[in-house]
Amino acid sequence: MHYCAICGIERAQVIRPKNGQKLCRSCFIDAFEMEIHTTILESGIMLTRGERIAIGASGGKDSTVLAAVLKVLNERYDYGVEFILLSIDEGIHGYRDDSLETVKRNAVQYGMELCILGYEALYGWTMDQVVEKVGKKGNCTYCGVFRRQALDRGAKHLNISHILTGHNADDIAETILMNFLRGDLPRLGRCAEIITASQASTMKRSKPLKYAYEKEIVLYAHYRGLDYFSTECVYSPEAFRGNARALLKDLEKIRPSSVLDIVRSGEHLIHYPATTQILKSGMPHNEMNKDAGISVRGNENEGGLLKMRQVASSQLESKCASKTQGTTKPQTEALHIQSIGNCERCGYMSSQPICKACVLVENLNKTYPSIAVSVKEY
Amino acid sequence: MATDSIAINVELAGGLEILFNNERKLNVELPATTANGSPPNINYLVGHLCDHHMKDSRRELFELQGTVRPGILVLINDADWELEGEGEYELKPKDQILFVSTLHGG
Repeated sequence: MHYCAICGIERAQVIRPKNGQKLCRSCFIDAFEMEIHTTILESGIMLTRGERIAIGASGGKDSTVLAAVLKVLNERYDYGVEFILLSIDEGIHGYRDDSLETVKRNAVQYGMELCILGYEALYGWTMDQVVEKVGKKGNCTYCGVFRRQALDRGAKHLNISHILTGHNADDIAETILMNFLRGDLPRLGRCAEIITASQASTMKRSKPLKYAYEKEIVLYAHYRGLDYFSTECVYSPEAFRGNARALLKDLEKIRPSSVLDIVRSGEHLIHYPATTQILKSGMPHNEMNKDAGISVRGNENEGGLLKMRQVASSQLESKCASKTQGTTKPQTEALHIQSIGNCERCGYMSSQPICKACVLVENLNKTYPSIAVSVKEY
Repeated sequence: MATDSIAINVELAGGLEILFNNERKLNVELPATTANGSPPNINYLVGHLCDHHMKDSRRELFELQGTVRPGILVLINDADWELEGEGEYELKPKDQILFVSTLHGG
């Protein structure tokens, strides 16, 4: 039998992946909570006294643990902050229904206000309807764009400007691996950031569980008997992420510190200005290729893409110009070149004349009649 | 025959129950000695669960290379299996074995 490395009295029940330390249940719970507190203090996730802050809540293990830990810390260290659970209902039958029930219970358990926002109300389309239209391939793009905005819109609706999400170290390491394997270093750098202020949004987003192992999140939930829901989206096998995840889990098995090591590698790349400068100029083309993939269904987007291409190349020129003038802050420069405006359709903040969600909704709506007609012709 | 078998309790969580017809708790009887003459260990249990209790054809979601798939946590009497010898841990009567997946999302 092993004794706890901290108290020396109780039986060790956990071996920590990051350092191999053997801890008893209650010392583990204390250490886990303390580390989240440290992350909040040291990485600039400012929690301002009196502020209302949203927690993106899905009812899954990560957001449930996040809410539970934040409730503890808010009371223990007197943050003086009000947390509100913000949930998005994608409208996927058999997937979100049960997890939303879990979120409702969590709201009662943690004494937090709950706001649920649906895709149907926001965009006029549930994901079930989107999949019926576009098929199971590529529907994740819609869901991702819709969800990102949905959280922002939900927070804005609640007069909140800071959203906390439950992304853990494994999630971030997976995304870093995926971006590395795709050769997408700009995204790699961004996904490793703990706080993201997107250029298309004034909303601040932070990941307090960034350094928390998935394994420890599950153990924490287990030892505290937290009420969470495990499910897999019925539409998304997400093959590439699945492979990255399997690779990460294999690495973790051989060398448990791998997960945090990969996160740190990603962080170092954020501060690699030379690479950022070169690769950022290549990025808009990548992003446009992705958009082009979506707009294949409706050619009406071509003009917009051309325009984007022009904007991108003019940005590139201005960046090159600034480089010759000896500017040494390429990354922040690049972020400020794109100014935030408002979407012409929905008025929501957007770096483009029409926001990405509206473009997607337009595609969905425009192709609708043509399909109806072709059905009639049969 | 009671001395020739070991009765243990198995619990499945974190989405793994889906593979077992949504059953979260199983009472499992294992032979006191396995074919190779040694007592059953966790790896043996994993194979046994796949052969006798799993109601899903996707065995690889639970078992890989003769042991539990990476990303599934195993708790032996509420302690991390890494503290107990992992797959080589020899099962004792009334042991509580929890398998919990970390692989499923919210």
